[in-house]
Formats: sequence, structure tokens, C-alpha cells
Amino acid sequence: MEDVVIKIDNVYKKYRLGTIGGGTLTADLQSWWARVRGKDDPNIKIGSRGYSKNATFMALSGINLEVRKGDILGIIGANGAGKSTMLKILSRVTAPTKGNIYVKGRISSMLEVGTGFNLEMTGRENIYLNGAILGMSKTEVDRKINEIIEFSECAQFIDTPVKRYSSGMYVKLAFAVSAHLDSEILVMDEVLAVGDIKFQQKCLGKMGDVANQEKRTVLYVSHNMNTIRQLCNRCVVLDKGKIIYDGDVEDAIQFYVGELGKMSLVNNLDCKERSRGFIPRLRALELKILDKEDMLFKQQEKIKLIINWKPFDDIDDVYVRIVIKYCDTSPVGVSTTIKPVHAKRGEVCETKLIFDISTLASGKYYVDLYFYRIDGFGGIDNYDAIGEAFSFEVVNDGLNCNKLTWYHNAWGHNVFSPIEILN
Amino acid sequence: MANEKWTHVIKPKTGLFDINLKEIWQYKDLVFMFVKRNFTTFYKQTILGPLWFIINPLLTTLMFTLVFGNIAKLSTDGAPQFLFYMAGNTVWIYFSTCITSTSTTFTTNATIFGKVYFPRLTTPISSVIFSLISFGVQFAMFVIFLLFYVFTGSGVKPNLWILITPLLILQTAGLGLGFGIIISSLTTKYRDLAILVTFGVQLWMFATPIVYPVSQISGKLKLLFMLNPMTPIVETFRYAFLGSGEINGMYLVISGIVTLVVMFIGVILFSRIEKTFMDTV
Repeated sequence: MEDVVIKIDNVYKKYRLGTIGGGTLTADLQSWWARVRGKDDPNIKIGSRGYSKNATFMALSGINLEVRKGDILGIIGANGAGKSTMLKILSRVTAPTKGNIYVKGRISSMLEVGTGFNLEMTGRENIYLNGAILGMSKTEVDRKINEIIEFSECAQFIDTPVKRYSSGMYVKLAFAVSAHLDSEILVMDEVLAVGDIKFQQKCLGKMGDVANQEKRTVLYVSHNMNTIRQLCNRCVVLDKGKIIYDGDVEDAIQFYVGELGKMSLVNNLDCKERSRGFIPRLRALELKILDKEDMLFKQQEKIKLIINWKPFDDIDDVYVRIVIKYCDTSPVGVSTTIKPVHAKRGEVCETKLIFDISTLASGKYYVDLYFYRIDGFGGIDNYDAIGEAFSFEVVNDGLNCNKLTWYHNAWGHNVFSPIEILN
Repeated sequence: MANEKWTHVIKPKTGLFDINLKEIWQYKDLVFMFVKRNFTTFYKQTILGPLWFIINPLLTTLMFTLVFGNIAKLSTDGAPQFLFYMAGNTVWIYFSTCITSTSTTFTTNATIFGKVYFPRLTTPISSVIFSLISFGVQFAMFVIFLLFYVFTGSGVKPNLWILITPLLILQTAGLGLGFGIIISSLTTKYRDLAILVTFGVQLWMFATPIVYPVSQISGKLKLLFMLNPMTPIVETFRYAFLGSGEINGMYLVISGIVTLVVMFIGVILFSRIEKTFMDTV
């Protein structure tokens, strides 16, 4: 219990839906006067009964969470799950409706970089201004100013008004200030979404240092699973204002992604959304997995499936290609038919396919399905393109890699055939 | 929970008097930076720059002298007209800028308030301090004109009451700040108040002895007139520097009490609004 720095105790946040009041004093007085006389409210929409004040929305409903010192806690969840609301309450921008949050140490928030930058002031002046807004004293900034300027890579322009800065420089300077805060707890909301890749990596490295070496606590919200994976050592998944998962980062991401795409044996492809840029000469209708009861595959197993599709023309030169993606949507590899499939115009075709997944490491995967033709120059004309046609999970059967726990982050997604010892 | 050392507890609702003045002191550098920011943005890329501090009140005073002094021929209790109007104007301009600049605190700072926490009171306080700079310049100009009149011998008698000036200025600032933050708290919900402010402050000026002396007011209205907290301030200021008019200690004390009450209400209202205003603005 010693090292718990944030304790969120059953926190609720309620928002009122629709407009609040009439917006003007006169409208509110009108409504009030009408109610006093027992008349109908002149500012209410016809048909809606009573006062609309009852329509509410629970952005957070009963959050309980303890964060320990040195935790780098990632927070993931779909849009509207309550991530930002949680950070807003933590950074005291708005108050919770119910429940308390106990905090040990100073909280600084980086909800959006460059908040409070003044365009007319120079970079140096803005460092002081932004530092002060974030809670640094002047002496603190004085002590760190050289470090900040160096980190921001803007030394050359530091005495130029920031309105002459490029957007990249602006962001770099803003992040540099926030990164040098002394507070024990840092709250960040997708701040790394901007800046070039080199700088993004630098920021992630800095944040990692902050937590690992200086033993500070970081709360980080992002939709970017890769940065979450790179930075965090613990992760919670929010859904509809509740914490639905709390624990290991990899498991949390798997859990979150699993929530998105449910696996099934029969997949209706006709109603799936198509990716753009293909010539519709045929349409895939349905995809069924054969000889299986669930979508868990051992590494030695092969996936056998049948696709129903309907050509709009006579077809004799079309191939089938599948792209396998890991559950965080990073691509793993491609497999394609060597021989073309044939069909006559108008009749529904059934094509049976089988493919080998023995090189895939354990984990969840998506499959994109393409029908295509090779043009004369080795290029591709897609005739149908279905993103995430189905998904499956590979379980480790221990034949290739000794039942190792697979670190997708470091090892990629492929297991090659085992190394043989010759002597 | 009690046995643990939490440095801060985020609670849904706080007590009426739960105002963290100590925290504002911790953020004093921020107040200073805000003042600097206001100064920079106000006068960057203007030709005359801080000269506008002087031009504005000088022209107003000249106009008052022309309209109220020469055309309407209002009494000035024997003081030189130009100096009389300038004295009133200097104090009034400070008061009105304090009110108008603080009355939009929440609406103009909504974006930054929505992103990061700092004691919200730092913004109106810094506006009042920023206005103090322009007041200082205008006051210096007033003193220069005063000295000119004193040396040319026109019956102006500055006296020891001058020593009370800092207190009067502090009171003006407090009053402006108090009313300003009350209005800003209410404008988070009712925007029409913001329009009322400029108009109201203008009317208020005519209810305050700026273009005429207190001695012109008599009868039943006088009590009401004297209860206007700005009246004793302006009148005392003018008496101290020009020796015209009168000083009424009782009304000065009442005005002081009103100031404290207004500030108190303002701060309480402001701290209640600041916790949840992001959800209503």
C-alpha cells in the first residue's frame, strides 16, 4: 500500500444531454415564469414531455483503480469509452459527479501540447509561460531551460516569435517543456500523434526514462497500440465508462482487439465493407471454415475453407490472395494461389482452399481476402478486396518453439522451422 | 484512508469556503507570465505601442473638458476643469478596465481551462495587475499635469490625504475584480450578461462623480448616490490631489466593506463555477 500514488475510488461522471437551459437569461426567466404560473414552458420543444434536464449520460460509471509509483499505465478503449473524461478528472479540469480520487504528489497533464502558447511571444518566453501554466516555478524553468531548448531542437529559433514556427517546431517545443516537468505523476493524451518519426521515438524514449529511471508515474491514453506497447508496463481497457480489463499490456491489447472482431466459422462477405481501388468483376459472398468447431488452430493445423463467389463476367485468370495481419493490424505475410480459378458468368462458384499456418506464432490474426489478376507487367488488378474477412487464433503446440511465451513486439509474428543440432 | 498521506483529494463537491489561496501564491510566477503575455499581445505590431496608454485617457479628458466643462458648464468645485476630469478619469478607467477584462475570464480562456489545471483565479488577478501598468502610466501623466498646475498657481492644493492613494487603488482593483469575476461566473451560463457589462459600466460612470462633483447632488438621492462604492473613492482621490470637494470617512468605510463583501462573494462564486464550468460552457 505504501507506493500507491493514485487511488480512484468508485468514480462516476455524469453529463447532461442536450442544451443546458435556454442559453440566455431571458429564456430561462421565461421558462421559470411559465412554470410558476403552471403554464407550458415556451422554450421546450413540442412533443417532448417535462423538463429535458433528466436526460443524462454516464461517461464514467464506477471506476476503481490503484496506480503504483513507477507504473506506466496505458489506457485504451473505443471512442467514447471514457478515457479522456478520466484524464480530465485526474488533471482537475473538471470534477467527478460521485466518488473520490486520492493523489500522492503533483499531477501534470499534457492533454494537448502547446496549450497556452502565445503566438506573439518568442520561443524562450513561451517556455516560461507554458512552464508556469503547467505548474513550474520560474526558478525551476531557469534551471532547465538549456535542457529544454536542446531537447526541442529549436535552439536556432528560440528568440523568434512562435507564430513564425513551422507546426513541427511548435510541437517539439511544446513537448520539450512538458517532458521536463518535475511532477511525480504525468498524464498524457495522445501527445505523440504529431512530429516526425525521429522525434516521436525521442519522445517515447524520454517518457520511458522518466518512468524507469526517475521512478515517476505516467498515465498514457492512446489509440496507437504500438506506442502503448513500447511505453507502458500495465494497461487498462475502458468500455462504456467501466474498466473491463486491467493487467499486462499484451493481454490488454489482445483483449481490446478481441472485443472488436469476434471470430466465427461462417463469415458473410457480401455485407462486409470493401477497401477501395478495385475493379468489381466478381463478388465474394460467403466464407466458411471447414472441419473445425472453433477458430483456435494449432500451429501444425492447416486452415481449410470454402468461398462462395459470383462472377459478373466469364473468368479464367483470377487468383486468390490472402494477407495475414496480426491483431494490432500490422501485416505478417501473404499467401496466394498458384493456379487461377475459373468461372462462368452469373453462376455462383464454390472454391475450396487450404493453407498452411505453421510459421505463425501464437496470437490472434486477421485475414484480408483478395481476388486479383496479374497484368502484363507483374502488377495487380484487384477484382474484389475484403478487409478482415475473418480472424483466427493460433495456439502454441510446442512443436516449433518449446511452448515459449511469444513476444510479438520483439520477435515479430513468424516462427521458422526449428534449428537442428548437427553433432 | 485516513492513515495514508494523500497530498490531494479530488472530490465531486467541495465546501462553500474551500478556497485554496495558498495555491494561488504557489502559482505567482504564472500570474507574472500572464501579465507579460497580455502586455506582449496588446502592443505587438501597433505603431504607437504603450503610447496608447496615454492617448486614450488624454483624449477622453479633453472631450470631457470640452463637453461637460465648456458646453454644459458643470461645476468642478473650483478646481481647474482639465485636472478635475483627469483625476476622475484616471481612477474610473482603471476600474472599468478591471471589470471588463475580468468579466470574460471563463469564456475567453475556455480552451486552455479545458486542457490543463491551474488555479483559475490567476487569470483575473493577472488582468487586474496588467491594468495597473496602464493605470501607473496614466497616473504619472496626471501627476505631471498636477505639478504644472501647482507651479503656475491655480489654487490646486494637494494634501496629506495623498498617502491614502495606494489604499484607494487597491480598493478600486478589489471592487473591479470582485464584480468582474461575479459577472464572469454568471456568463458561463448566461452569455447576454457579457453584452450588459460594457453598457452597464458606461451607465455606472454617470452615477459616479466623474464629470461632476458630489456637492452637486442633494436631497433623497444623495444617500443612494453615496452608497455607490466608487463615489467615496473618486471623491477622496480628488480631494487628496486637488483639495476640492470633501472627505466623508463613514462612506469611505462603507465602501470598503462593500468591496470586501463583493470580493468575497465573487471568489466563492468563482471557485464554485470553476470546478464544473467545462461541462456547461
